[in-house]
Amino acid sequence: MSIGFYPGCSLKGSAPEYTESLLAVAEKAGLELKEVPDWNCCGATAAHNLNHELSLALPARILASAEKAGMKELIVPCAACYSRLCVTAAELRENPELRKKIAGVIEMDFECSTKILNVIEFLERWVLNSEEMKIPAPFNHKVACYYGCLLVRPPKILNFDRPEDPMTMDKLMSKIGAEPIDWAFKTECCGAGFSVSRTDLVAKLSGKILEDAEDRGAEAVIVACPMCHSNLDMRRAQINKRAGRKFRLPAIYITQAVGSALGIPDKKLGMKRHFVPVKLSMTKTKNAPAKAAVPAAQTAGKEMEA
Amino acid sequence: MSVENHSHHGPETLSDKIYAETGVNAARCYQCGKCSAGCPLAEDMDFPPSVIMRLLQTGLPINEEKALKSYSIWLCLACETCYARCPMEIDIPKIADCLRHESLRRKKANPKSKDIISFHRAFLDSIKYTGRLYEMGLIADYKARTRHLIQDVNLAPGMYIKGKLHIIPERIKNLRLMKKIFSKTLESKEKTR
Repeated sequence: MSIGFYPGCSLKGSAPEYTESLLAVAEKAGLELKEVPDWNCCGATAAHNLNHELSLALPARILASAEKAGMKELIVPCAACYSRLCVTAAELRENPELRKKIAGVIEMDFECSTKILNVIEFLERWVLNSEEMKIPAPFNHKVACYYGCLLVRPPKILNFDRPEDPMTMDKLMSKIGAEPIDWAFKTECCGAGFSVSRTDLVAKLSGKILEDAEDRGAEAVIVACPMCHSNLDMRRAQINKRAGRKFRLPAIYITQAVGSALGIPDKKLGMKRHFVPVKLSMTKTKNAPAKAAVPAAQTAGKEMEA
Repeated sequence: MSVENHSHHGPETLSDKIYAETGVNAARCYQCGKCSAGCPLAEDMDFPPSVIMRLLQTGLPINEEKALKSYSIWLCLACETCYARCPMEIDIPKIADCLRHESLRRKKANPKSKDIISFHRAFLDSIKYTGRLYEMGLIADYKARTRHLIQDVNLAPGMYIKGKLHIIPERIKNLRLMKKIFSKTLESKEKTR
């Protein structure tokens, strides 16, 4: 079985462990991920910040190429790429005139017919899709499932999970033996594209996320976006400096956690590529006491005022 | 979408222009403030999102100028929280996109936003020349634009060791088309400035 695959630039650059773990998990499930031929960058935040038509044309070329290659489904593991592709497809489906214009820009005709899957949908549908699925090495750790912004928003277009308290990732993690915690920062922004231009703001926003996760006893933050990962992992030094404390919990890609539960060795999952070391096997699952006794919904509001 | 708020007979306001371009109507905002309450960076902005909306609603050139010159529009992360929570379902991030484009076109971008804009431009340059984001090139380009030469130099060796930094860019085959896409979109707009 082969499925269309749009890796995006981060998976080929700063997030090799996401690619490795995704491919390893797919292989385990007997799937072949086939890259969109000659794919280009989706334009991410930069394109829509500076020019609307460019922000449509770049994803449109990806969608058109996937369609031309006969891909009925396209797995897009990066949440930012996923969002750009979905938003573009929705806008062009709604506006045939604009689609014609963009088709002229990219010199390719297309219908936006390819179904776009994010990594959670992919895992649900193709990997952990049966009840009797064997989990040889349960991932029995307390985890904070971090969705970030672009997997769930804007809900009208993505139509994926609840925008305020999504549960799909939590359910997947339970399936592989983990214990997802109830926490307040599931869908708060990590600072995204400001990693370089306003690192101080990334340190502030990502720090709040790690603080809530760690205070509630999570041993790891589970992520599904290379941007969130790089902010929570590579920017840890700046985060710790600003917060005045040393956060120890690693950020782990959902595909790494699932791969680990499926018995894939750490090396094949790129577990050593993180800046914040993943030492979960040593910690085992001790019920780290959750310090915060307040319900998750209340802290989010409080943090925001601070 | 409703057009009743656009029945005034004065000259075209910025809000009219946004509505014409995007179909998003700032006049529908009733100032509940939910966008400002949920915005992760509201406290760092000069005007929180709901105030930007109000500035647009007045239709006064002096207020529109404030919105276009604001730092807020560049600090917007496009996290979409405001849009997800707006009771009137106003696509505020789309308005922010529109304000950024207009702010650049009229050369009114807030001076504090220089680094943020430089990053976006460096990012797009990389795509134009290689078809994909070449992270090393992006950082070099950003540093050249902003003169932040030593920023993050201590991050590079670790990234390289962990296989997160590549010396040679990946190039797509159809670079000719990539350049054309840029000349037909971003660059054609910029020429008319």
